[in-house]
Amino acid sequence: MGKRSTEALVGLFVLLGLAGLVFLALKAANLGTMGGGASYALKARFDNIGGLKPRAPVRAAGVTVGRVKSIVLDGKTFQGVVTFEVEAGYQFPKDTAAKILTSGLLGDQYIGLEPGGDDKNLVAGDTVAQTQSAVVLESLIGQFLTGKAGDAGSPGAAASGASK
Amino acid sequence: MDLVARLGAATLDQFRGWGHAAFFFLDLLRAVPASLRRFGLVVAQVYAIGNRSLVIICASGLAVGFVLALQMYYALVTYGAAESLGLIVNLALVRELGPVVCGLLFAGRAGTSLTAEIGLMKAGEQIAAMELMAIDPKARVLAPRLIGGLVSMPILAVLFSAVGILGAWVVAVQLIGVDAGNFWSIMQTRVDVWRDVGNGLVKAAVFGLICTVVALYQGYETEATPEGVAYATTRTVVISSLWILGMDFILTALMFSTP
Repeated sequence: MGKRSTEALVGLFVLLGLAGLVFLALKAANLGTMGGGASYALKARFDNIGGLKPRAPVRAAGVTVGRVKSIVLDGKTFQGVVTFEVEAGYQFPKDTAAKILTSGLLGDQYIGLEPGGDDKNLVAGDTVAQTQSAVVLESLIGQFLTGKAGDAGSPGAAASGASK
Repeated sequence: MDLVARLGAATLDQFRGWGHAAFFFLDLLRAVPASLRRFGLVVAQVYAIGNRSLVIICASGLAVGFVLALQMYYALVTYGAAESLGLIVNLALVRELGPVVCGLLFAGRAGTSLTAEIGLMKAGEQIAAMELMAIDPKARVLAPRLIGGLVSMPILAVLFSAVGILGAWVVAVQLIGVDAGNFWSIMQTRVDVWRDVGNGLVKAAVFGLICTVVALYQGYETEATPEGVAYATTRTVVISSLWILGMDFILTALMFSTP
């Protein structure tokens, strides 16, 4: 076999490998959905973040508009401070509420944004004022057993904490 | 007393073996720049090691993808989570099975041929002849093969995973009828390109290095007899496989210990 054809076959092999890598990255992993586009960061404080993890989706009306960047505990207020990025194309009013919701019964947790009616929009670095924590199953069951579930209204509100 | 002496001798032997292998490895690394200057040799080795392993790797990847999809579907459908099938197959392949199974096949397909080739060169005193002609056999013979293995293995592992995922797609979407949109979108939201695909690639490169170095060392240090070459070839497969499985555990613990 000639040297040229060996080189061509090796080149083909390397190209095949690159094609495989592109397939894995774009079609079978998140590189295609990350969207290298511009985004801005917002913060929200939750009394309980439940099972929320970094890179969890941020959704408005079910549409993914961003991702959770980091989660830290505020040592003074003992609240979870969640920093998340929203794609620059989407603007939300100042009084938007952030909730930690679960997709499906056992699914992943994500942040749901519910836009308010304010004229001004949230800008980078702002903190979402109204938040609703994750519903923790144990406390839900506890409330039910002690009969508090009735006067607490909706189970979500009982486990929630609005914060400034 | 005799027992103590034998224990001591065995320990010293073991350490001498390790030291010998370590110096062999360092010599090999030192010979790499010289071999890169004759790039044609490296290309020929990528062809021999990589291209010619392509069929067995792709066939195995496809089979693993098929079988994983069938078995996972059987378990997942009970929980109404058949759509997550793609995710499970993807993570299993990209993180573990791609590098590990590909590494084991690589040791069997490419490692053995390297050992046999170099062992026979040694048995035929070709290596001694090169040394007599002042050609460094490590730079001329061994280093191009090392680079060839190091280049080929990650490519093969990527293809193994990619073909496996396509195989799972064929079974899940085409045969069983899982929703194609969910099959891909659940993968895309949960598989991270750096954490999963990237770490899988790192694993594959490490396994490629292990396989090739073990194969070259066994070939180079073989006894110059037919039995010696046969024994060295067997040992290549056994030692490479054990190293791959052991290193996989360590690498997995380092890479994926945090969720």
